[in-house]
Amino acid sequence: MSNTKKFMYVNRKAPYGTIYAWEALEVVLIGAAFEQDVSVAFMDDGVYQLVKGQDTTGIGMKNFSPTYAALGDFEVTKIYVDKDSLEERGLSLDDLQHLVWEDEDEDWAEKDSIHLVTRAEMANIFADQDVFFNF
Amino acid sequence: MSILHIVNKTPYDRNSLATAVSMMKDDDTLLLIEDAVVGAIKAGKAAAILSGHKVTILGPDLAARGVSEDKLVDGVTIVDYAGFVDLVEANDKAQSWL
Repeated sequence: MSNTKKFMYVNRKAPYGTIYAWEALEVVLIGAAFEQDVSVAFMDDGVYQLVKGQDTTGIGMKNFSPTYAALGDFEVTKIYVDKDSLEERGLSLDDLQHLVWEDEDEDWAEKDSIHLVTRAEMANIFADQDVFFNF
Repeated sequence: MSILHIVNKTPYDRNSLATAVSMMKDDDTLLLIEDAVVGAIKAGKAAAILSGHKVTILGPDLAARGVSEDKLVDGVTIVDYAGFVDLVEANDKAQSWL
C-alpha cells in the first residue's frame, strides 16, 4: 500500500523581509525526506527567492539561497515558476539560479528542475495535487 | 519641513509604496529598505511610480536579494547603514510606512 501523496509547497513571499521563505525551504526538505511526491511553486513575490547572486553579508542574516541547489539531491525535481509573476517584476529565467537534478534512469543525465509555467498551466498543476502547504 | 518616507514592503504585495509616494512633497526623500528594494527594478511594473521623486535605497538589502545596481531605475542613490542614519538626521521627520 502506498501512502505517497502529492504535496505542493506554494511560495508567495520575498526572502529575508519575513521568515516564510526560509521556513518553507526547511519544510520542503522534511517532506522530501518522508518520500512524498513533492512539487514546489514560486509565484507572486515568491519568485524573488530564486534570484541568483544573493549576498546577505550586509544584513546579518543567513543566505539560505544556496540550499535551493540541493533540492535535486532530495529528489525535489518539480519546481514551477509563474511566468507572469516574473515578468511583472522585471525578471526573467536568466535572473534565477539554474537548478538541476540527475536522472538515475538516464545515466544520471542532468535535467532542469525549474519549469516556467503560465498561470493556466499552474492551475492545472494545482488541480493534480493532494495537499497544499502555503508560505 | 522635510520628511524621510521609509518603505519596507514590496509594491507587488502591499500598497505601502504607492501611499508613501502619494504623500511626498518636493523636499521629501523616499528610502526603500528590506523587501521594498525590489520596487526599484527598472523593468518591473512598479518602478514607474518612482519617477520624479528623490529615491534612496539601502544597499545591503539590494545585495541580499541579488539585485545589482544596473537593474535599477535611473537616478536613485544607494546608501549603507551610515547613510540611512544621515538621511534620518538630514530630514526633519521620518515616517515608516509599515
